[in-house]
Formats: sequence, C-alpha cells, structure tokens
Amino acid sequence: MFKFASCDGCQLSLLDAEDELLSVANAMEIACFPEASRTMSKGPYDIGLVEGSITTHQDAERIQKVRRQCRVLVTIGACATAGGIQALRNSQDVDEFVRVVYATPQFISTLKLSTPIAEHVPVDFELRGCPINKYQLVELISATLAGRKPTVPTYSVCIECKRRGTVCLAVAKGVACMGPVTQAGCGAICPSFQRGCYGCYGPMETPNTPALTNQFRILGQDDQQIARAFRAFNAWAWQFRKASEECKRT
Amino acid sequence: MGPTVASNRSVIEVEGIAQLIALLQRRGYQVAGPTLRDGAIACEIINKLEDLPAGWTDEQAPGHYRVKKRNDGALFGYSVGPQSWKKFLHPPELQLVELRRDGASLKILHNHSVFPHFAFLGVRPCELAAIAVQDRVFQGGRFTDPHYDGRRGQVFIVAVQCTQAGPSCFCASMGTGPRAREGFDVALTEIIDSDHHLFVAEAGTKAGAEVLKELHAVPATPVLCQQAEESIRHASVQTRQMDTAGIRDLLYENFDHPEWDNVATRCLSCANCTMVCPTCFCTTMEDVSEVTGEHAGRWRRWDSCFTQSFSYIHGGSVRTSSKSRFRQWMTHKLASWIDQFGTSGCVGCGRCITWCPVGIEITEEVHAIRGGGVNAAPISKGDNIHELA
Repeated sequence: MFKFASCDGCQLSLLDAEDELLSVANAMEIACFPEASRTMSKGPYDIGLVEGSITTHQDAERIQKVRRQCRVLVTIGACATAGGIQALRNSQDVDEFVRVVYATPQFISTLKLSTPIAEHVPVDFELRGCPINKYQLVELISATLAGRKPTVPTYSVCIECKRRGTVCLAVAKGVACMGPVTQAGCGAICPSFQRGCYGCYGPMETPNTPALTNQFRILGQDDQQIARAFRAFNAWAWQFRKASEECKRT
Repeated sequence: MGPTVASNRSVIEVEGIAQLIALLQRRGYQVAGPTLRDGAIACEIINKLEDLPAGWTDEQAPGHYRVKKRNDGALFGYSVGPQSWKKFLHPPELQLVELRRDGASLKILHNHSVFPHFAFLGVRPCELAAIAVQDRVFQGGRFTDPHYDGRRGQVFIVAVQCTQAGPSCFCASMGTGPRAREGFDVALTEIIDSDHHLFVAEAGTKAGAEVLKELHAVPATPVLCQQAEESIRHASVQTRQMDTAGIRDLLYENFDHPEWDNVATRCLSCANCTMVCPTCFCTTMEDVSEVTGEHAGRWRRWDSCFTQSFSYIHGGSVRTSSKSRFRQWMTHKLASWIDQFGTSGCVGCGRCITWCPVGIEITEEVHAIRGGGVNAAPISKGDNIHELA
C-alpha cells in the first residue's frame, strides 16, 4: 500500500474490513501499510495498492519507483484515479492559494495540478470511490489471488439502487441525484439514506452529462449548483470536468 | 356484463381485507402488497390492513412521481408504483450455487430447493399481464428456470381491477387492462363513494373461491356489479396510447431512423427503465470467491441491455453507443419479443416513462418512428462519450 496525496480513508477501508482482514493477512505478506505499521519490507512486490494523487515533484518521481517495484499496480480511490478533491485547485490559481493559506509560502513546493496516478505510470486496475468500498477491495484482492477477473461493474449507480429497492429520489422527490452518470460500486448507499448520489465513484462507463445537466435545470438547479455537483470528488475526471465547464460557459 | 356473470360475484367490506390478509398468513403465505414508503407506494411484505396506503394516491408524469392524499380512504386508489412483483418472482440478487472446499473435493450446495410462499395483494391487470409474459420467458420454452418456477408455482394472487388510470398508463391500447379476466385467484374491484366502501370480489380459481367462501363474502347485487364494471370502464379512458399496428415490422424497418439519434442525446443509459419494467428479465452471472479460497459462489443479478458489459464479447462491446442500446431495448421489447415469445414485451404499465430520470416516453418514441415527428428537442450534444462510439 503506497500513499500519495490523500486522506488515508481508502487505506483505512482495508483496516475496516474486519471480517476479512485476518484472511487477507494470511493469504499474503503485507509488505507496506502506513496506516497499520511503520515497517516496510523490501520490494519487488506482487501487488501495489496506490492511494492518493500526484501533487508534488517528489511524488511524481516516487510513483515511477513504485511502479518499477510492483508487478500489478492498482490505484484505489478518487484521489488516485481522478486527482481527488484536491484537484479542485486545477481550475484555480494555486500560487494565490499558497499565499493566502500559508504564513511562509516560500516553504511550499507544489505542482499546479493534482493528477491521477494513471497520468504518470501505467495502471493495471482502478478502484473508484471516496472512499473505496471495502468489499470491492477484498474482491479485488481475492480475484487477483485466484487469478480471475474482479467483479467491479462500470455501469450506473441506478442499477445498484434499483436492485436494493430504493425509491428513485430524482423522480419521487425531485432530488438532483448524480446516480445516472456515476459508476456503481458503493451499493447505492446515499440514496438509501434519502440523499442524492454525490458522484464520488466518478463517471460511469458512458455518462450522458449534457442530458443530466438539462434535467438538473428542469429540477430547478442553477448553473453554479450544477457545476458544483460535477466538481466534487472527481472534478478532474474529464467527463465531469467538461460538464462543469460547460455549465460555467452557458 | 350480464347477470349470469354477476351471480358469481360477492362483496367484502374493508374489514374483509384485514381478514383476507390474516387468512392468507394463516395459510402460510408471506403477504406482499402496496405500502407507503419513502415518498412512493411501494411493493413490500405487509402484515396488516393498516400497512396498505389508505387514502393515498400518486401524481405521475414522465420522470415525475409524487404521492398525494386522496379525499377518501381508498385502499387501492393509485396507479402502479416504482416496483413490480418481479422482485418477488425474479429476485434482483440470487445466489445460485455455493461451493465449499471439503478437503480435496468441493461440496456443492444448491440454493433452489426451498421457496417462499407469497400471496400478492393488489396486482393490477397490467401486472398480471406482465407476470404472464415472464411465465412465457421463464417457464414457456425448452428450459424452465427453476428459481422462477419454484416461486411462481406457490403464489396466490389477489388482483385489484383498475378504476382510475394515471397519465403514464396505456394498458387499454396494449390490451392488458384496465380489467383483468384471468391470471388471478381473486380479483377485487374497489367501490368507494358517499354510501359505501367495499369490494366486489370474483374468484378466478378454485383456491380463490375457497378463500372467498372462508371470508363469508355475501353475493353481490346486480346494481353493485354494474357499478364495479362502470368504474373499471372509467379507467379505460386513457390519455396515453401506444399504436401497435404493424409495430414489429415498423421497428425492424427503421434501424436507421433519425429518432434513434435524437433519443440518444436524452438517454442516460442509466438502465432505470429496464429495472422498473415488469417484464425485463435479463441477468448477469457473477462468480465470487473468498480470499481464503475456502468458499466460492455464483450469483445472478438483474442486468440491463443499457450496460456496456451486457453486449461484451471477445474484442469488446457490440453496442457501444447509447443509440444502439436504446434501439436494442425498444426493438426487443416491442418487436423481436413477439418473434421470441409470441407476445409483446410491453404491457402498458408506464413505469419506464414515470421512472426515467429524464422522462423518455416509449409511446412517443414509437410515435416519432412512425413519422409523427420528434417529441422533444435533442439536447445540445457537446462531445460526450456517446458520440465517440
């Protein structure tokens, strides 16, 4: 498990998988897991799980070394797969942020963009979400150990939502829900608690963002609200980025 | 309806519905019926009369649904809700097989020997038609689906005739409603006015007749039977229609109609239409194994022709654009279904219209394919991913 710019929430998903954690630890040697232990075994490694986005020159170099050490490289979470919430700065002036936020800005060395791992090195598999779903992580590990393809669907959240029998919030309550353009995997948690989907799993396989934008307007959302809906955890995912930019433009 | 038909009708009061639920429960059924949940009239396991949505109705439009209070206490005064009975007969997720490692061998545990006994209370005529369609799909061909068959064989159906049609309903033009003539054990027609609140009941099977007898239902007067028939006729006046004349050939001959491009700009390919459709039956198989390798299982889950993986074969997905996926869904539902199963796949319940998040109307799409003009302005495309496909 390698950590880049992130909140560690995705790493914690593995610690949170209490029922499976011992099995996972028995099935493989955990060489590096910053949230669990400071020790780190020497590489190379069979599976590298990468959390976080690339936001500094040092990290841009480090990910190259990580890639060279890992036979299979899997990125986990919205930061590693789409730049994360810190990619909100990608559409802003980072130097200004640094001046405003830090007392001694000269100590700060950062890239202008927060970028996903796949923009730097080849990635074998991506697990979405903010944070990832622990069951998807365990499925990914189990599948990799068994030499089979992991079951990680790329269709919309709506399919999971309907399978669990949740009443559609968009239709029955007029909620601006991101579910139709967002990838499944979470189990449609938010709608089951009467909250619209926030889109934390990023764009589904074929997101029709113009159609959803149009519907959000019909539901009374203004352009700023719509742009914000697309600019959350996956603001740098190109389909969401484009949707938010088109909203700003119109 | 002549008096001879009326003579086998009986009457039960509201309290009789409570007794009906209790009687079915005593007979070992889990009773499923309409109930108010999360801003909709959903289909759930119910326990008592009070679980029914008394005094509630719904307001429906393309992409729009709201529950509203009625000014009376009708138990079944609503149109079809977000869910159909499909979820009981063809569960959204089902483990087909569980495998356990047993020393050097594998122990196979099948999961289709014990089935729940359901009694459905409040099945609408279009939904009876949908169950009949799924019967053909799962039981009608060379292969019978044991999971559907096991559930279906046990079901006791109490239908409720429609006495009002919602704006998404088009059963009259599909020939599936608003009056059910078969496919039920008992059918009820709710009559509510200033004088009465009661149900005209008819038995469709011997089991249904026995239940009515046990409820001590009294014979219905000809006047009451006539009132019931009139209120059903009232529901046959529907603003929405599907023109089904020659529809199979119409769709087969219009693969390249510009309307498919138009609808593709609006379609989210989110699959909601297929999930809420009471006849859509497609599933995907998912194999799971635990980390230890001690357990594995095969799951069947509802799938949709709107996903990329649905048409994935060696080399990639066959239907990459949402245009091709929408065309596939509608052409299968209304045309190739006829070749495949000898019936239309559409029963006119209108769920795909109400529960489409952007309100795409299958009836209007057919109208447009017929040359009736496109019904909604296409959304400016941008260059979203669909256009690349």
